[in-house]
Amino acid sequence: MRIIELEVNGKKTEVAIDERESLADTLRERLHLTSVKKGCEVGECGACTVLVDGKAVDSCIYLTLWAAGHKVLTVEGITGPGGELSAVQQAFVDEAAVQCGFCTPGLIMTAVEIVGTGRRYTREELRKMISGHLCRCTGYQNILNAIERVVNETHKAVGK
Amino acid sequence: MYDFGTIYEAKGIPDAITALMADENAVVLCGGSDVLLRVREGRLAGRNLVSIRSIDDLSGILQENNETIQIRPATTFAQITQNELVQRCIPTLGEAVDQIGGPQLRNVATVGGNLCNGACSADSPPVLLTLNAELEITGPNGARRLLLEDFFEGPGKVNLEHGELLTAIRVAKKDYEGYFGHYIKFSQREAMDIATLGCAVQVKLGAEGKTIEDARLAFAVAAPVPMRCHAAEESIRGQAVGETLYDWFGRTALTEVRPRTSWRASETFRRQLIYELSGRALKAAIQKAKGEGSA
Repeated sequence: MRIIELEVNGKKTEVAIDERESLADTLRERLHLTSVKKGCEVGECGACTVLVDGKAVDSCIYLTLWAAGHKVLTVEGITGPGGELSAVQQAFVDEAAVQCGFCTPGLIMTAVEIVGTGRRYTREELRKMISGHLCRCTGYQNILNAIERVVNETHKAVGK
Repeated sequence: MYDFGTIYEAKGIPDAITALMADENAVVLCGGSDVLLRVREGRLAGRNLVSIRSIDDLSGILQENNETIQIRPATTFAQITQNELVQRCIPTLGEAVDQIGGPQLRNVATVGGNLCNGACSADSPPVLLTLNAELEITGPNGARRLLLEDFFEGPGKVNLEHGELLTAIRVAKKDYEGYFGHYIKFSQREAMDIATLGCAVQVKLGAEGKTIEDARLAFAVAAPVPMRCHAAEESIRGQAVGETLYDWFGRTALTEVRPRTSWRASETFRRQLIYELSGRALKAAIQKAKGEGSA
């Protein structure tokens, strides 16, 4: 065991880990952040996607050790203090972009990264940007609608 | 939980080499997107890992004094695609590695791993082969240089001794200046898939864009290792640019390749792809050279 320090969802966190643990394991089992889903566990489905220093990674093939000293963001970290939904989450609700829900947290984190770039994208560009996620309910059109909507709304709100 | 032994985070290149020399079964780990999967499958279960991902000297892209581009092996695919120097001088490389896996994978997987795994289906080798890339390999007895073309020895086998690390990938100015390239990855899906066939071309046109001054062709999955097709290149060198070139280029390439049948595709289909994609990639590269497409 070894103790590492990292920032999780804006809070400095100390956690005792086994060096062989994946970040997905640590977030779920030790920090109880169960929005992080374990799907394929080989970096293909994107269900475990979290942001490390603002970049989307598959936390199932990312050793927790590597996150020491870095910033990790999960869905739990994007809601308001009273549990209010963020703009990305609200867009997923409004566009009915959730079916069984298993791929949703990962896709929301990728959407957070996309929105964070402050740029607009074509539908084709967005398709490529979410291509590291599998939705086994095949609800891709509504997911794209939601991301397109929140990207455009944020763009309008932020300026030009 | 991954079933490996211990993990050692190396602090520098010499430190990593010392750690590897101290344990003959230790495995080099960088981005983790291949090695961790092999640990999980049991193929590397129980082995100790020497991680080189925190070594600053192994990541980044820079231009040396003679304008040689040096790509350090722990640079991720995303960093390569977004790099200004790559976009300006060797854009084909950025375009090829942007077709690997998906965005999350490209944020962790590295070009060095893509080469050192020795997979015949890897997407970066064909482009780097057409750029005459040279490798710097550092071991306990110092550094040696080797052409990428001589690096691949067999499926999953590369010219690296235990204790040696790939420490730089270099592309000389004479090998990129004036060249225009194109990479075609043929796969069943546009993302999260391995190439059924990969084809890279670099071309340099003669005066007024009427002749082929130089052409280079390389493939993924056309043989047990990534390969160059020197005969096909020679066959069109000095020739006038025109429609007949594409057919000839593809036909000559077919005399050099050794594709196999796998569950992804039959040998016959791969031969058809080799013929077809050679011509298409050449045509696209020529169009870029003439400024008819995006460079």
